[in-house]
Amino acid sequence: MGIELRGITKAYEHAAQPVLREVNAEIQDGELFVIVGPSGCGKSTLLRMIAGIIPITAGQLAIDGQVMNGVPPKDRKLSMVFQSYALYPFLDVAANVAFGLKARKMPVAEIKKRVTEALEMVNLTKYRARKPRELSGGQRQRVALARAIASDAKICLMDEPLSNLDAQLRVKMRAEIRELQRKLGLTLIYVTHDQTEAMTMADHVMVLNDQQVQQIDTPLDIYNHPANHFVAQFFGTPQINLLTVKAEQQATHELRVDSALKVVLKEPLALGTYTLGIRPNQLIATTVIGDTGNAQVINVETLGEQTIIEAILDSGVPVRIVQAGQVQIDIEQRIEVTAKGAAFIFDDHQQLIVEQGGITDDQLVTAK
Amino acid sequence: MISSLRPSKRRPQPQLTPETGSQVTAGIKNFELKRNDKYYAWLFLGPSLLVLSIFVFYPMLRTFYLSLFLTDNFGRPTVFVGFQNYVNLLATKSYLASLQATGIYVVGVATFTIIVGLLLAAVANQKIKGIEFFRTIFTSTMGVSVSVSAIFWLFMFNPSIGILNKLAVGLHLPVVNWLTDPHWAMVAVIMTSVWMHLGFTFLIFFGALQSVPKTLYDAADVAGTNSRYQFWHITLPMISPTLFFVAVITLISSFKSFGLIDLMTAGGPTNATNLLVYRVYRDAFVDGNYALASTESIVLAVIIALITLIQFKLLAKRVNY
Repeated sequence: MGIELRGITKAYEHAAQPVLREVNAEIQDGELFVIVGPSGCGKSTLLRMIAGIIPITAGQLAIDGQVMNGVPPKDRKLSMVFQSYALYPFLDVAANVAFGLKARKMPVAEIKKRVTEALEMVNLTKYRARKPRELSGGQRQRVALARAIASDAKICLMDEPLSNLDAQLRVKMRAEIRELQRKLGLTLIYVTHDQTEAMTMADHVMVLNDQQVQQIDTPLDIYNHPANHFVAQFFGTPQINLLTVKAEQQATHELRVDSALKVVLKEPLALGTYTLGIRPNQLIATTVIGDTGNAQVINVETLGEQTIIEAILDSGVPVRIVQAGQVQIDIEQRIEVTAKGAAFIFDDHQQLIVEQGGITDDQLVTAK
Repeated sequence: MISSLRPSKRRPQPQLTPETGSQVTAGIKNFELKRNDKYYAWLFLGPSLLVLSIFVFYPMLRTFYLSLFLTDNFGRPTVFVGFQNYVNLLATKSYLASLQATGIYVVGVATFTIIVGLLLAAVANQKIKGIEFFRTIFTSTMGVSVSVSAIFWLFMFNPSIGILNKLAVGLHLPVVNWLTDPHWAMVAVIMTSVWMHLGFTFLIFFGALQSVPKTLYDAADVAGTNSRYQFWHITLPMISPTLFFVAVITLISSFKSFGLIDLMTAGGPTNATNLLVYRVYRDAFVDGNYALASTESIVLAVIIALITLIQFKLLAKRVNY
């Protein structure tokens, strides 16, 4: 069942600014659609409007072609998983899963069957008689998933379901949720603030910031073709380097940050101020002797398979450089920072105007 | 002690670093502290033990002691009668009537306090404009003393000038002799007592309602339940520990209602509101029968203890989650 958002806006009476402005999107049947953005961007609000928990101020929401504005949550045929799991502490696991089914006065045998199946699917059969407080965080999360599964709704909404779990469990649950979604053919709308979750799970990603949609695309397209500053900075760790540069000659073919750090353009640029976006792995740091070079190292993080170097250019601008492998480099060491060539160029309204280099061989490798 | 801390010869010798050295001394210090702990424990317990002994334990034992005797006008024990006082008491008709009246009063007060308090809390929990004003009003009976509330309820109950009877006339209902009719007198004291308990009960229930996570209702909305279903299947179970707490507190406190009875009915009319505590007071300090009053006190204490015990046993399982 597809979902269509047409100009969805949310405003509260007492607030001057709307909390969400003109959201348009089309969510395909059976896809995992991630809504991502920093806290306060309105992503949970959007999800709650889709669920019907809060009313839509303006715009139209259609599920499976039917307009759903004003339809109560129970008639939207969807399930929802909350960040806090929203488990009933006085009910055991099986009763928690059965809660909605019982409320709908489903036959007892049917409830039993569905609960058993759902618990089996999330590997909680052994724990069916336990109370939520006797479960670990990951198990509680799975009870919440089982509840969504048991409801048999074809649309599932998840509001930051993994943010209360530790890092390792999060990685594991990410895969489990993705697998469940595929197995059940769910249309899953997943809200998160974590760009890694968006990158690894989504079929399509909606990036929200400043109460507006910034970009809707596949994860790789968002990484490779970020629409603006915000999207470029939000995706990719460590963050992209955004360097302000001036094109001082008309129709220049070169953007210079300083004498060593520059990008050669295929197409000429008009006079003006631009922002050069270079991913940390598209910069090269070369150690130099004495006072030469154009930057000084201020921090080094050796992660094993890669090394993150933070340096300050002589112009005072900080940059991050990622080198493959374990690079021996000291703090306060002088280095020369140069660009490999791939870069994004944003105009003075922070919008992407030119992509330089795009996907390079080291980014996209065909599996053999 | 020291020898046990020494590294055993079979294990490899640990390096003697400053850390291991300090661990050894820390161990000895702990040991010394433990011997002193007992003294400290008694020292800290001392003041409260002293106060409790003088004002609670001694009176309790003394009351029990007196209940085994006949006493003179000054409350001094004269003839030892064993448990005869208890046997006589439980055969006294008017005492059994008091027992019954207390039962009706206590159950009435607790039931209506809980129902009305929960209703007010549920109303105050809604997001309505100006609800803060009502929250304050609902809590305000906490700040009114027993005597003040008894007096103004007396005015309201007044058969000729009271507002309740004026309302009754206005609505073409029969006029009620609130405090002189034995049945209505009980209703009147229950109403007053419920009113007095409401502020505190409201506050506790309101707090409990506020602490139920909002997402539980969101989840139930999505699952397709209406608000009545949510009240019975989410709100009530979630606040059941509070419900239990309020039930115990209200029951015990209404068992001890004294000022209210003294000011409004003085146990009358015809002993209709002569509750157990008030009876103890009258027997001891009006009639000077200290042995009887002591016996009644002990019986009352046992009743309260039993009821509390039963409540805990019965409800502990159901409210514990």
